[in-house]
Amino acid sequence: MEQPLAIEARNLNIYYGDFHAVRDVNLPVYKNKITAIIGPSGCGKSTVLRSFNRMNDLVPGARVEGEVRYRGKNIYDPDVDPVEVRRRIGMVFQKPNPFPKSIYENVAWGARINGYQGDMDELVETSLRAAALWDEVKDKLGQSGLSLSGGQQQRLCIARAIAVRPDIILMDEPASALDPIATLKIEDLMRDLAEQYTIIVVTHNMQQAARVSHYTAFFNLGPQRAGMLEEFGPTEKIFTMPEKKATEDYITGRFG
Amino acid sequence: MLRKSFDQDLQRVRDDVLTLGSMVEDATLKAVAALKARDLKAAREILLADKEINALRFSIESQLMILIATQQPMAHDLRFLASVFEIISELERMGDYAKGIAIINLRMGDEPLLKPLIDLPRMAEKCADMLHRALTAFMEEDVTTARAIPQEDDEVDALYEQIYRELMTFIIADPKVIQRANWLLWAAHNLERLADRVTNICERTVFIATGEIEEMDTKSDEDLLPPE
Repeated sequence: MEQPLAIEARNLNIYYGDFHAVRDVNLPVYKNKITAIIGPSGCGKSTVLRSFNRMNDLVPGARVEGEVRYRGKNIYDPDVDPVEVRRRIGMVFQKPNPFPKSIYENVAWGARINGYQGDMDELVETSLRAAALWDEVKDKLGQSGLSLSGGQQQRLCIARAIAVRPDIILMDEPASALDPIATLKIEDLMRDLAEQYTIIVVTHNMQQAARVSHYTAFFNLGPQRAGMLEEFGPTEKIFTMPEKKATEDYITGRFG
Repeated sequence: MLRKSFDQDLQRVRDDVLTLGSMVEDATLKAVAALKARDLKAAREILLADKEINALRFSIESQLMILIATQQPMAHDLRFLASVFEIISELERMGDYAKGIAIINLRMGDEPLLKPLIDLPRMAEKCADMLHRALTAFMEEDVTTARAIPQEDDEVDALYEQIYRELMTFIIADPKVIQRANWLLWAAHNLERLADRVTNICERTVFIATGEIEEMDTKSDEDLLPPE
């Protein structure tokens, strides 16, 4: 009963200059599922996440070998436009980073630069509703995005990411700067969003990975401190009966 | 090494389970010894001891809930804690079987034993021994021993059958002894059930260690059904 793939890393190796940061990663990401990436600090979680929409292109000295297969194509092929990749594969960061513009403009911005021709008001409303923020901001769309609380700002960034109609949303520690209630709201939102989108989330919070994700990839430090995929599987299996001892030791707090 | 205090808490749970098991083992042997000696005072003490067994079971249960709420256990830790819920409930029920034998003893009042007890104490020894080793296997997560112990349940069943047949011959010979025979049969039945619960503890031990649930009951359904 193999699930359809949204994106897949094949023999992925990532270097920062001479440093081999990520080694031989083969990671399937299933469509409309939430895949959590967990692992100790420095094991390449965020590096791998960024490789899924070519964000590493922007890091000086970063080099990628192997493939990231998306819609039958390697996104690192020379004829692929990284801007188009990033439109299809959006990203939400650790610290909410709304633009210093109105709530409305924060959401409309991406669509506008992509030449969106439809009804912008409708797009803004749909995106804010999908991000579970509409009811809280509908009467103050002209206010600055920065006037919102941290949790609201993060949902605004999610609304901004989904306004350009991506397939996949990458989330790098999306709740680590938020309080527990705002965190649970983001987690609920992720579950709702997974009905339409594929989500890959990097998190340090194992309970969050256990609560929110369908699949979990455990990354660990391999030889010469290169990050490697230690174990991948359904979340319930990883957290109740992992196959590798290193996974067991990490999720039960014996290291990391 | 992280999680020092969590490991200490887990060890305390393990130790308490062992204590609970020892109390049940003790109660089983004493209940049958008291029956054999028709010692009503000892039987009353077993009733009191059962209250302590129940109290310890609830104390362990509360420790488990606190650990689940505060530590969010995963993987082996989770399997361990979930299994201990089951194991302490089994032990508590086994304690009730011992108490049941003490109650039979008290109910018999002044009535003498139908016959001197020989197989019943042997059955109790066997049950206590199986329980003891099952708990050692649990403490050490010794899968091999945990898988082997349920095989010995057949010996307990054989002793039970033997007691049953013997008591039936008494009844057939003199139906007036039905009540006295029944008392002993109930006691034997309690021990037979107690041994079945040792098997459940062994199943949990294997689950904790491997994550696999293995059915270890050696009785097949065919054995239990009436002949065609």
